[in-house]
Amino acid sequence: MASAVESLPISGNHPASEVRTCDTTSLPVCLTAQKFIRMHAVAAVVFLLIGGIAAILIGLTRWPAVHLLPAEWYYRLLTLHGLNMLIFWILNFEIAVLYFAGTVLLNTRLASRWAAWGCLGLMTVGAVMVDVAIAQGKSDVLMTSYVPLRASPWFYLGIILVAVGTLVGVINYFATIYIAKRDKTYEGSVPLVVFGATAAAIIAVVTLLHGAVVMIPTWLWSMGVLSQIDPAWYRITWWGLGHMSQQVNVCAMVSVWYLLGTLTTGASPLNQGVCRGAFVLYILFINLASAHHLLVDPGVGAGWKIWNTSYAMYLAVLASMIHGFTVPASVEVAMRKKGFNRGLFGWLAAAPWSNPGFSGFFLSLVIFGFGGGITGVVLGTQQINIMAHNTMRIPGHFHVTVVGGTTLAFMALTYYVVPLVFQRDFYAKALCRIQPYVFAGGITVMALGMSFAGSYGVPRRHWDVEFTGGQFAAGFDPGAHVMLGVMGVGALVAFVGLLLFILLVVAAVFTGPAIAGQAMQAWHEEPQAPADAATMAEEEHNTPGTVVLVLVFLTTFAVYYFANWKWLSDVWEVR
Amino acid sequence: MGTRDPDGKHPFQKLMDNPWLLLALGVVIPTVSYTVWGWIELWVLPAATLP
Repeated sequence: MASAVESLPISGNHPASEVRTCDTTSLPVCLTAQKFIRMHAVAAVVFLLIGGIAAILIGLTRWPAVHLLPAEWYYRLLTLHGLNMLIFWILNFEIAVLYFAGTVLLNTRLASRWAAWGCLGLMTVGAVMVDVAIAQGKSDVLMTSYVPLRASPWFYLGIILVAVGTLVGVINYFATIYIAKRDKTYEGSVPLVVFGATAAAIIAVVTLLHGAVVMIPTWLWSMGVLSQIDPAWYRITWWGLGHMSQQVNVCAMVSVWYLLGTLTTGASPLNQGVCRGAFVLYILFINLASAHHLLVDPGVGAGWKIWNTSYAMYLAVLASMIHGFTVPASVEVAMRKKGFNRGLFGWLAAAPWSNPGFSGFFLSLVIFGFGGGITGVVLGTQQINIMAHNTMRIPGHFHVTVVGGTTLAFMALTYYVVPLVFQRDFYAKALCRIQPYVFAGGITVMALGMSFAGSYGVPRRHWDVEFTGGQFAAGFDPGAHVMLGVMGVGALVAFVGLLLFILLVVAAVFTGPAIAGQAMQAWHEEPQAPADAATMAEEEHNTPGTVVLVLVFLTTFAVYYFANWKWLSDVWEVR
Repeated sequence: MGTRDPDGKHPFQKLMDNPWLLLALGVVIPTVSYTVWGWIELWVLPAATLP
């Protein structure tokens, strides 16, 4: 283990009976934290399954040739899908990441067992409450639940409980890093992965405070205690919950990239200060971008929209581009120092692509950067947004950030969590190795279909874009139908990848061969460098391959950005 | 560039090593820039007259 987790602890503060030494990494594992990491991981996978089943059903409904569900079930399952995928699955996994980073990497005990129980209990009860309220058909309000749409009071109460539970978990994390500092369980600065997790926790605090501010009065309104909620106030405040929660995902995902870079290739961040500085930019500015969702709202002015949508003049975008360089560059340096120093991309070809921890992480990086990052900045440009707002381009964007990016990175990490934390081995290793490719391929094709269908003007969140039986002829170009078909095929492939992941993980966790007391079996054999290879010197940090990849990225970014401006000029001809 | 304190730490390094200051800044900046400014914009919006 090196570098991304490099400030290895000196002596911990664990009670003797509540710690074990990891047989693979030699890191100290707090057994209390391990128990809660396991329970949150299991809860996360359960909600992933619920959200995934809803996903394939709504995907097959948006595919006009199939058009599977009746209207009311489409909106019901769309509500279920959004909340389970964007909130319950990801927040549970993130709490597990926080407990891991706070305890294992700082050699400290978890601050409070009771707070951890409170967090888990509130999150679980709240999520079940929300899902039952949706299944009863009394809360078909979609994830945003824009007022004056009114859901069952249990729906809002469930979200409040999930938010409060998560906040308790985040406070427990802060208390854990406090006692680690107090008890001097580590020296110097915290490891980079812990720093990234702390950044995610800080962003989560802002997110959850917004959740409380918007959801408590809305809950009271749903019970008739308050007579009305101002819809414009609701939208601004709700997106402080809805979009900021996705920035927690970004931060946690980048931390996982650094962790997996180290676990799979032994990579070290090229420059700790630069990487941490990028996380600081996230902490300060990434949350402003909730304004993306309000670019056509009439109540707020252009100054507010442009400043906030740009993340304070793109400072948080700069942070993402820094990570987008330093993460692959650290892998390149690690591989070149192992002897894979031939040409521009010899290091990349020799990378451990048969290791699902690596392939999932690297595909997540590429999909998030090329797909999510570029489209996010372009769609967040006020003038361009007018063409894309509420079209399928928007879910096309966030399925490559949150799913192709965050979910895929979390899946990749799970291939290490199961052996290292659950101390179980996987069955069917060959299937494990192909699963990230199936899921990544499916989600990328699906998102491309969505984005291109949106470019034809196909709206998001719409049961029947053909307005079948309507008094006026409506509908879209045949090209839009082709793209919706592409989306449907991609959804099917992604669903296969998702089911494969869940089956492999559930089988391993509950019946997999126990490996307690022995090191985990490596996912890949270290490839042998060519005998005549010139190994990079220890002090060198040359990354020509990553520089070329970054130039390809910037070129793609520029072409896509200006193509959209050209398209806008065609829409609104200026004479 | 920035001055170092007697303990040899760069001010930016001190900021990065202080999660509580980062927490305070991380809460205040988006709350003021996005939320409070947005609420003020709504508050000063003149009510539309009905036709």
